[in-house]
Amino acid sequence: MTPELQQQFQLSKTRLESDFPESKPLFSESEALIEANRCLFCYDAPCTKACPADIDISSFIKKIKTGNIRGAATTIFSSNMMGISTSQVCPVEELCAGACVFLEYNQSPINIGRLQRYAVEKALQMEKSSGRKLFPSHKNRSQKVALIGAGPASLACASYLALEGIHPIIFEKNNLPGGLNLTGIAPYKFKSEAALSEINWLLDHGIELKTGVEIGRDIHIKSLIEEYDAVFIGSGLGRDKFLNIPGKSGTNVWGATALIKKIKNEVDFNLSRSFNSAVIIGGGNTAIDIARELAMLNIAEVNILYRRTEDVMRGYAHEISGARKHGVRLIENITPSEIMLENGKVSGLRAEHSVTGESINYNCDMVIFAIGQEKQASHFSEYLKYDDSGCILVDDKTCQTDHPKIYAGGDSINGGKEVVNAAADGRKAAFAMLKSWDIQPNLDSKKKGSYHG
Amino acid sequence: MADLSINMCGIKSPNPFWLASGPPANCGEQVMRAFDIGWGGAVWKTLGTPVVNVSSRLAAVKYSGNAIMGLNNIELITDRPLETNFKEIYEVKKRYPNHAVVVSLMVETKDEWKEIVNRSIDAGADGLELNFGCPHGMCERGMGSSVGQEPKVLTELTSWVMDFSSVPVLVKLTPNVGDILVPGEAAVQGGADGLSLINTIKSIIGIDLDTLSLKPSVGKNSTNGGYCGPAVKPIALHMVAALARDKNINIPISGIGGISTWQDAAEFLALGSTSVQVCTAVMHNGYRIVEDMIDGLSNYLDDMGMKSVNNLIGKAVPGFIDWGDLDLNYKVIAKIDADTCIGCQLCYIACLDGAHQCIHTNQGPCSAYHGKSDHGMNPRVDIKQPILHSHDSNAITSIPFVDEDECIGCNLCHLVCPVPGCLTMKEIPNAAGKESWNDRIAKKTLL
Ligand SMILES: Cc1cc2nc3c(=O)[nH]c(=O)nc-3n(C[C@H](O)[C@H](O)[C@H](O)COP(=O)(O)OP(=O)(O)OC[C@H]3O[C@@H](n4cnc5c(N)ncnc54)[C@H](O)[C@@H]3O)c2cc1C
Ligand SMILES: Cc1cc2nc3c(=O)[nH]c(=O)nc-3n(C[C@H](O)[C@H](O)[C@H](O)COP(=O)(O)O)c2cc1C
Ligand code: SF4
Ligand code: SF4
Ligand code: SF4
Repeated sequence: MTPELQQQFQLSKTRLESDFPESKPLFSESEALIEANRCLFCYDAPCTKACPADIDISSFIKKIKTGNIRGAATTIFSSNMMGISTSQVCPVEELCAGACVFLEYNQSPINIGRLQRYAVEKALQMEKSSGRKLFPSHKNRSQKVALIGAGPASLACASYLALEGIHPIIFEKNNLPGGLNLTGIAPYKFKSEAALSEINWLLDHGIELKTGVEIGRDIHIKSLIEEYDAVFIGSGLGRDKFLNIPGKSGTNVWGATALIKKIKNEVDFNLSRSFNSAVIIGGGNTAIDIARELAMLNIAEVNILYRRTEDVMRGYAHEISGARKHGVRLIENITPSEIMLENGKVSGLRAEHSVTGESINYNCDMVIFAIGQEKQASHFSEYLKYDDSGCILVDDKTCQTDHPKIYAGGDSINGGKEVVNAAADGRKAAFAMLKSWDIQPNLDSKKKGSYHG
Repeated sequence: MADLSINMCGIKSPNPFWLASGPPANCGEQVMRAFDIGWGGAVWKTLGTPVVNVSSRLAAVKYSGNAIMGLNNIELITDRPLETNFKEIYEVKKRYPNHAVVVSLMVETKDEWKEIVNRSIDAGADGLELNFGCPHGMCERGMGSSVGQEPKVLTELTSWVMDFSSVPVLVKLTPNVGDILVPGEAAVQGGADGLSLINTIKSIIGIDLDTLSLKPSVGKNSTNGGYCGPAVKPIALHMVAALARDKNINIPISGIGGISTWQDAAEFLALGSTSVQVCTAVMHNGYRIVEDMIDGLSNYLDDMGMKSVNNLIGKAVPGFIDWGDLDLNYKVIAKIDADTCIGCQLCYIACLDGAHQCIHTNQGPCSAYHGKSDHGMNPRVDIKQPILHSHDSNAITSIPFVDEDECIGCNLCHLVCPVPGCLTMKEIPNAAGKESWNDRIAKKTLL
């Protein structure tokens, strides 16, 4: 990475995000060993089957047990190059740990996320202190790949290409790379500094990054297709959706991801002193995240209004129970009808009970829409096919689109899942590209962890 | 990445990890799967005149939730026709020319030995291993450990095979002897190319307290079996090291006994093994354990700056010396790191009841024994109690401290402390210089 970029990557300390404590801190050595020794080293383990990136979990935990930390980390990274962030942001309760055999025993599942974090962070420390890279570089090849967007999907794809000596160039419209990993993840899970240091590490494997370049506006996708051997679209989703109700453009009406981005990245942004009561509209994890963040920022009353009931909510059970511990309330069966404004500022919200039809008023001084993000279709539409909901259509196994040179992954093809899904797509696409060029990857996906340059 | 390939007395293998003769190397399909997953070699389940095996045949010691600390078996040699075994050996060698296939043998008469050696070599064996170690069943028939325990017979049988064999021959030793050097040297005299050890240790693993019958039960009865698995590793390490440092033994060693991780393997290599063999750990968790063994060993060799696994072989042997040559002036004492201590006091009770009464807390004296002896529950009156935490200098705390002048440096507290790096042993510099018991004998200054 160039020194200029390094400079750009510095984030100021005076951001609201910095005040949040870590909810799952790094294990100490003894904590890690005690937890690792609990793991049964299951064969054909259900935890691995539940991992979207197919990480060989029982094997990396075994390697923690035997003190083979570098081996544990290569096992993780060879399946999931975004292992540093996913170890902290993955909803393990819903994925790997949610499938752990210990649950059949009525015992707490193995804390896979924190073990993963231990392995990757320790291994990176060792890499720094020994100067010996986990993934030594390989001879350069002729192929060049353009990647659109510097979120998890593109970063993962570019990393696997770089490890094989391909030249990946990522174009990112924002000034900072990272996508939602930088701007969206709840600060008690993963902070922007950590996201940037992960990106620094990834870029060091031979990825070129161009920030402040929007494909479709500054460069046409057509010229990418002509100039590069392949193009990967990892452009994620667009802006927050809003309900079309009166008052939606009043002051202190926010889109959830826009507000989260301010909390995480904007210097001197401040909320706590000016607000007392927030209403969040939605029922997904973004709604729960922003609610918990606001509650942790000492906003006295934080209510999530959801149009249906908790049992059918998209947000995860562990997330809502985590938010409740901070005082967040979930109110079911509420459909907002109008945001009330005083002098252009939010003063309340009128809603209807979707079962009784009764009209209810909520006093509040901010309203946040967390009902999903728009799709980002327009720039590439002439080359691609989309499904009815606006997701780019790709081949399941290769992430290749209808256009043979264009691949896509992450939120842009799944409409918004997790970082790990984006990372898994990026890997799939990278391996499919390599295959199309008859390149046998050094990183053998069958022998995970045996990456030796 | 370090080079893991080895050449053990002419038997070449891509890495030092071999399956030991036993259930994991029972048939061709198994051995091929093992090679695919990463094993460098396999010692075939012992061939001989096929036997009948009993049911059940295994029992284990569980310890602290660890399912197999030690394993006991009463299985004999192969119970499949020789013809089938040889056909499979041929097939494996054809498909895996670069892996090591060693055929383990056990028969009685000279003619039988001649025939089975020839047939093994015809099938493509890279080497032979003579099973003079099995301590149950076969020894009642004059084979296995009954050969390994008779140095003259061992030398004679070995020299027969040496005459018949055109491939390298390893002699597998039984640990059920008073001094491992005796059978080791007998094998060398017979002309063996290498040694393998240990076979299993004669044992009774336990009884079922409800029925009072021995385990593993065959109906109401059982017999003594052979003990192996993690529990036997220290015994095996000693025997390997004893042979490795013996001047009369100049042939390579294949180390066996309780190996389940790359660290175990590295220890065997450092104590003089050229290859290592694994049985119980594979029975417990499958061939897949070799992935971390290879990866972990190669990362370790890289960390140590060793380019080849051969650089590790025997590295620790010079450190294995006699008690009489140890430095009597060397001293370590226990140090407790108050910041990481969790206050469990396991060190305290271990030292109080099982060592030298020199760990104390400031939680108050116990009056019953107060002042009765210089060693006891109470700190010496004149001992300086350390300030444990700056913020609670006078607090009563469960964090213990060590009376450093009294500590004899036995390691016990260090061994029981559950927190890594919390209770460590620190070397105390000694101006007096080195002096051993043998030095004192020479100088006639015994005490
Ligand atoms: C509030 C919130 C919280 C979340 N929390 C979690 C969590 O805890 N755990 C978890 O696993 N997942 C979480 N997710 C989901 C996760 O962040 C996403 O699934 C993941 O980031 C998707 O990665 P991506 O690379 O597809 O897209 P993104 O991360 O959205 O990255 C896309 C990038 O492309 C850039 N881009 C877009 N168009 C262009 C263009 N034309 N030219 C150049 N650049 C362009 C964008 O600026 C952006 O940087 C959360 C999402 C949100 C919204
Ligand atoms: C069930 C079982 C069967 C065995 N059969 C043989 C055998 O046929 N020939 C032999 O030389 N050793 C045999 N052994 C001994 C092993 O090869 C090995 O020497 C011993 O188990 C120690 O290694 P371990 O601790 O890795 O198991 C057997 C061991 C077990 C557990
Ligand atoms: S399911 Fe649970 S116990 Fe089994 S390997 Fe996975 S984490 Fe370990
Ligand atoms: S492991 Fe169980 S199922 Fe398999 S042979 Fe032994 S007793 Fe039978
Ligand atoms: S055993 Fe270790 S953790 Fe426990 S009291 Fe002693 S020093 Fe502290």
